[in-house]
Amino acid sequence: MSTNEPALVIEELRKSFGKLEVLRGIDLELAEHEVVCLIGASGSGKSTLLRCINLLEWIDAGRIILRGEDITTSGVDVNRVRRGIGIVFQAFNLFPHMSVLENITLGPRKALRLAKPEAEARATELLDRFGLADKRGEYPDRLSGGQQQRVAIVRALAMQPGLLLLDEVTSALDPELVAEVLEVIRELAAEGMTMLIATHEMSFARDVAHRVCFLDEGVILEQGTPAQIFGVPHEPRTQQFLQRIVDAGRL
Amino acid sequence: MGRSPGWEEVKQAFLSRDQLEKSFPDILAAFWTNVKIFLVAEVFILVLALGIAILRSLPGPVFFPLRALAVVYIDLFRGIPTILVIYILGFGVPALQLSGVPTDPIFWGTVSLVLVYSAYVSEVYRAGIESVHPSQSAAARSLGLTYGQTLRFVVVPQAVRRVIPPLLNDFIGLQKDTALVALLGVVEAFRQSQIEVSATFNYTPYLATAVLFVLLTIPLARFTDWLVARDKRRHLAGGLR
Repeated sequence: MSTNEPALVIEELRKSFGKLEVLRGIDLELAEHEVVCLIGASGSGKSTLLRCINLLEWIDAGRIILRGEDITTSGVDVNRVRRGIGIVFQAFNLFPHMSVLENITLGPRKALRLAKPEAEARATELLDRFGLADKRGEYPDRLSGGQQQRVAIVRALAMQPGLLLLDEVTSALDPELVAEVLEVIRELAAEGMTMLIATHEMSFARDVAHRVCFLDEGVILEQGTPAQIFGVPHEPRTQQFLQRIVDAGRL
Repeated sequence: MGRSPGWEEVKQAFLSRDQLEKSFPDILAAFWTNVKIFLVAEVFILVLALGIAILRSLPGPVFFPLRALAVVYIDLFRGIPTILVIYILGFGVPALQLSGVPTDPIFWGTVSLVLVYSAYVSEVYRAGIESVHPSQSAAARSLGLTYGQTLRFVVVPQAVRRVIPPLLNDFIGLQKDTALVALLGVVEAFRQSQIEVSATFNYTPYLATAVLFVLLTIPLARFTDWLVARDKRRHLAGGLR
């Protein structure tokens, strides 16, 4: 593998739900170790795009190429592909009947077939690193939202994915809990994790992203460095969107 | 009630201590047959019903035949009165005189109960499976778990916890319906009390049988309550209850 081969290439991706076409031809490339933020109004297709990449939704047209392999051709082993892509959801989606440790070791044990001690060692190490060591025996419902979301991130990381997808991971959190989750993501970015992040946290996107893409009505209308997008957006729709964010006091 | 004109006679006919003492040992011994039928049937029902529920919730057009099979099964065995299933299997199958096929009425009575109750219980399971939010499956599948692993480790454990109370309903129903196996000539508690009654024209044995059934139900109900409460304690934060 050459070092400048992109981690992820998306070509002409289309996806409809019934008559509603949510993604109308998405083209996007992610380099290794690149952090790309997707911004845009609710319903612009950010979540759907992430779910398509993780093969949680079937695409209608186009291709998704992960490290040189087309993962959208028929006959591809979806379970194998998903093992290499982590996704963290807005609503955490932790398993409520399992302890924190069980939540994190489920994937490594059942999908990667790691032995229990090995999976637990890996989970414990990650929990330590993210300040959750004392929560390993707790059940999710006993944790704060911020802690739950950090556990969800750890659960994804325990699979040692080559690509991490974050789907508005702070949108369901109380404002005072947002920072602890963003801190974790910042740390991952600093380590060089390749990430595609759908977010409403504009100042976070400005800090952490190498590139920002503005999604509007199912297409990437404009993309560039955070300085370009937040400083001198070209498209009227982008300007309008950012103006609304500024008016709401969120940038 | 004590002042009603017929009270003395009813007391004689239904609450005779004498009769109770005479008939109780035999009824209790026969009741063991009910308990055995119940316990064996219950194990098979829990497994078979889960299988049917899983078949019925398989996704995609490929599995249409299996889904259809599950639906037909449920419609059939929920639709036919239990008593008829017991008659048809209990008298019909042994009459075929096939070699190697059991003719024991207890066997066919139990099979009938398993078939009927699996149809009911599978729908209870299915309700539980469908109540688990799709985002749970999505989270499991996103980790690379297969459909089967997702069911086994994520969906079914949550589904079962949610349907424990309605499952108990069906099991109490099953306990009581073990008396229907008497129709095949099996001497269980109900049949035994009938025998006693027809010999003496005293109805006390019926009451004794009724009490036995209730006594069997109560511990099971309390056990279920305890199970549900323990689960809540474990998963929910202290203040929420």
